[in-house]
Amino acid sequence: MKLLEFLKRERKKSASVAKERLQIIVAHQRSQRGQPDYMPLLERELLEVIRRYVHVDDNAIQISLDSEDNCSVLELNVTLPKS
Amino acid sequence: MAKIIVVTSGKGGVGKTTSAAAISTGLALRGKKTVVIDFDVGLRNLDLIMGCERRVVYDLVNVIQGEAGLNQALIRDKRVENLFILPASQTRDKDALTKEGVEQILEQLKEDFDFILCDSPAGIERGAQLAMYFADEAIVVTNPEVSSVRDSDRILGLLGSKTRRAEQSLEPVKEHLLITRYNPFRVTSGDMLTLDDIREILAIDLLGLIPESEAVLRASNQGVPVTHDASSDAGQAYTDTVSRLLGEEMPLRFHEVQRKGLLSRMFGGSRR
Repeated sequence: MKLLEFLKRERKKSASVAKERLQIIVAHQRSQRGQPDYMPLLERELLEVIRRYVHVDDNAIQISLDSEDNCSVLELNVTLPKS
Repeated sequence: MAKIIVVTSGKGGVGKTTSAAAISTGLALRGKKTVVIDFDVGLRNLDLIMGCERRVVYDLVNVIQGEAGLNQALIRDKRVENLFILPASQTRDKDALTKEGVEQILEQLKEDFDFILCDSPAGIERGAQLAMYFADEAIVVTNPEVSSVRDSDRILGLLGSKTRRAEQSLEPVKEHLLITRYNPFRVTSGDMLTLDDIREILAIDLLGLIPESEAVLRASNQGVPVTHDASSDAGQAYTDTVSRLLGEEMPLRFHEVQRKGLLSRMFGGSRR
């Protein structure tokens, strides 16, 4: 069984690695599509402010902007560590 | 009414100019009055690929700045009737292009031509954005390689937001995928993204697939667009691409390794 797994792993071709990597990066790119240019900076600065009070990871903050008919909603999600 | 088509990719060196030259030649061979415009101000190369580099007198920037008339700058192709080239400037910088100037030229060309192809520079900056701004359709040239696919996705994002059609909420720019430098042998051995992988990731319609081919370098060496090399795989693939652009159904070719069966090897049966 181990041998089979080993052989399988060896067989993982470079093209399928490329595909997996692309799927992830393209999904990320698309999630940022249409966002205003200031979003990455806003995200970084918000993270800095939060860190003045609690220590959180870089990926503990998720920020998204959804626009509806006549207003936009900025959604901020912060995962705080258990104290 | 003329159709404006931008040939774009984001990444450099994937075959934008080769494709713009080959497709515009193919359209003219099909009787469509076609003009191909080089938007790569400062690094013009379309003239070289089209074999008219020694006949360039005036260029796109001269026309925009009123130093020459459009008819003085247009170069008539020597090989095909109905084909014209508008070269880019070699000496000015990118800022010499203005949106208003480009619009004026395109409006003027629209009256005379069936197809206007805009050969975009690489990158996503001013020159590339101007090349795509007024487009009705876009041909996104992509190599089966990670950085090219990623950049194509970025370009698709811009086509959906930074074009006139997007800004004025008109019908969106029609996006076509053109895969170039495809090598079926490497795909079979698992070292190259497959056609279906690229289609799945980019999720746009496939317009054509051009195999990696020695004919392409031969064509650019001679300044004769590869479409004229009708016996070559790449030439035929571009001809198929042009047919699809004109709305015809064409089966895909050159995407699989040509396998020769035992019988055809023995008796030299017909190759598809």
